[in-house]
Amino acid sequence: MRALLARDLRLGVRAGGGFGLGLAFFLIVTVLVPFGVGPETALLARIAPGVLWIGALLACLLSLDRILALDWEDGSLDLLATAPLPIEGVVSIKALAHWITTGLPLVLAAPLLGVLLNLAPDGYLWVLVSLAVGTPALSVIGTFGAALTIGLKRGGLLLSLLVLPLYVPTLIFGAEVARRGADGLDVATPLMLLAGISFGAMALLPFASAAVLRINLR
Amino acid sequence: MMVTVTDLEISRGGRAVLEGVSFVLAPGAALILRGPNGVGKTTLLRTVAGLQPPQAGSISGADDRMAYAGHSDGLKSMLTVAENLSFWAAVFGREDIDAALAAFDLRDLAARLAGSLSAGQKRRLGLARLMVTGRPVWVLDEPTVSLDAASVGLFAAAVRAHLAAGGSALMATHIDLGLEEAAVLDLSAFRAAPRAAQADEAFL
Repeated sequence: MRALLARDLRLGVRAGGGFGLGLAFFLIVTVLVPFGVGPETALLARIAPGVLWIGALLACLLSLDRILALDWEDGSLDLLATAPLPIEGVVSIKALAHWITTGLPLVLAAPLLGVLLNLAPDGYLWVLVSLAVGTPALSVIGTFGAALTIGLKRGGLLLSLLVLPLYVPTLIFGAEVARRGADGLDVATPLMLLAGISFGAMALLPFASAAVLRINLR
Repeated sequence: MMVTVTDLEISRGGRAVLEGVSFVLAPGAALILRGPNGVGKTTLLRTVAGLQPPQAGSISGADDRMAYAGHSDGLKSMLTVAENLSFWAAVFGREDIDAALAAFDLRDLAARLAGSLSAGQKRRLGLARLMVTGRPVWVLDEPTVSLDAASVGLFAAAVRAHLAAGGSALMATHIDLGLEEAAVLDLSAFRAAPRAAQADEAFL
């Protein structure tokens, strides 16, 4: 499993691996928003937590179809399925590798981009915390979507349509944590619900992804 | 331990392709599957490899003991030859890739990116992967595609060494490998009568 993680991370940072693409996309989206809504700082400050969350979510979505599709195309997935690793383990590692190469950079970049959106001073910490807690759920749910659409030609759009509704709870509570944090309110309840979604997804979805993958590999 | 396949019925895309397939693969033995295109060689091999369930019948002795090599080699073009092999060795809990590199004449290519190899060289790398798995049963689907005569020789030698070490090999191939000891099973005799498979396999 460690070998698989090391390989996926190495592939991620080599040419064509897509590392940084999500981050660049996130940067561009958050830069475009002030152009779109105008230079009203009060308005920007109010929408900043939500924009950061939606930006991170879309950036995450962008790289989902790489999680399993590349391994499917070159036959590695067949070989991994016959290897001594449980498929549940394989999909968990794939999700973890996706989170490290896509989610983690987004988490770290979000406070910096908050400056562009005139985020309230109290909000920086909570944007960081909410993304750190919420993005693992995005990766795990995304891996499930990737397992569902594997083998479909141009499955990327279908993948987005399947996965985006599943992202709704994470987005609601994640953005709520960031918004309340920015307003200086108590964040405990949405933060706990967000963590619950993340942990629940991490615990249950690898089994669903593995079941779907077994059927799709046939 | 032998691989025993008993009265196997398999289907592809919801249609039964083969039925009543039975064979035994003893340690040290090789079995070559033959038959026209579409008869179900690949489907049979994938079933033995555990990638799809049989419609009926049973397979014993293959679980966790076989290494599968399909049409595609599972190589990452942005990793070097040595990195590709080391990864698969690590997945199977092993480390040594030197013997495999030597057996398939890949030593000089070890530092090259797999993406820059020719089709035949990629195939050799894909076959070298079998050696690093350390698994006793090799399940091979058209292993000699895009190999030249010299490479086919290397492959035949590797298979022979594997059999001599007590391993066994089940392969579908159209060319003559010069393995006199290998038994041949013609699958056209087991073709299923044309009818739809009983259950919709998507929901099994």
